[in-house]
Amino acid sequence: MKIGVVTFPGTLDDRDAARAVRLAGGEAVSLWHADTNLHDVDAVVLPGGFSYGDYLRCGAIAAQAPVMQTIIEKANEGLPVLGICNGFQVLVESHLLPGGLIRNEHQHFICRDQKLIVENVDTAWTSEFTLGQEITIPLKNGEGGYIADQETLKRLEGENLITFRYSEVNPNGSMNNIAGLRNARGNVVGLMPHPEHAVEPGFGPDTSIAMRSGVDGLKFFTSVLKSLVEA
Amino acid sequence: MPKIIVEVMPKADLLDPQGKAVGNSLKRAGHSVATVRIGKRIELHYANTPTAAELEAAKQIAADFLSNGVIEDVVSITVEA
Repeated sequence: MKIGVVTFPGTLDDRDAARAVRLAGGEAVSLWHADTNLHDVDAVVLPGGFSYGDYLRCGAIAAQAPVMQTIIEKANEGLPVLGICNGFQVLVESHLLPGGLIRNEHQHFICRDQKLIVENVDTAWTSEFTLGQEITIPLKNGEGGYIADQETLKRLEGENLITFRYSEVNPNGSMNNIAGLRNARGNVVGLMPHPEHAVEPGFGPDTSIAMRSGVDGLKFFTSVLKSLVEA
Repeated sequence: MPKIIVEVMPKADLLDPQGKAVGNSLKRAGHSVATVRIGKRIELHYANTPTAAELEAAKQIAADFLSNGVIEDVVSITVEA
């Protein structure tokens, strides 16, 4: 199974995302921002970073990139797409997910191991989790405060589209503790924290068992590979 | 050069951290400024005076790309010949 990882100018975590794909057992394919061809990939990851220097608004210019026009079209046809951090910002700017992300409430850039509650497992990227499971993956952002109007929030809650909520601490002032969302179909998921940084023992968050042994992020990638095999 | 000037402001009910920081600094310096909000001025330059169609296109660009309706408002679009 081939999973495309998009690189925009200013993307930082494309290599880590590609490595996560390989560790989960998939083949990672590099996709370039100027490319309109997705090279027959079965799913796409929009990794974190600062695409186009966060100019205009985080993710706004990336949302206009040639590769995104194809991704938007295919995502609407069911292609699994995961947006991480800046990738989540690209998804909201592309209108594949609703709402917006603004500067953290306390105005600081945060970098911490973050506990999340898995709120929805009926997606291509979360099927290997159990509902209500608590996971820990790194969070690092300056503009991660999720906002939406009351009507949208009501719809997100009512239609079960909230996929991850911050647990214990709300690190950035996100409304309803929203850390990640899915679309109605469940093929598109976006979240601020970084699953690709918690996929290999020795390099992940600390756990009660051992330092840096957390690999909760790996299930995002094994979930999508499994959903592709079953599809 | 003829231009269309688009001004974008963060929505009134949203926290504007830049404005807040500048406002605090002004207050610390003893000024009587109550609050500060910071937005963006974007100039679109044209070779010739923009036509009605170009102005319409600029309004679309302002709504779709230069601003995000979830967090910002386009507060003015003016033509400067």
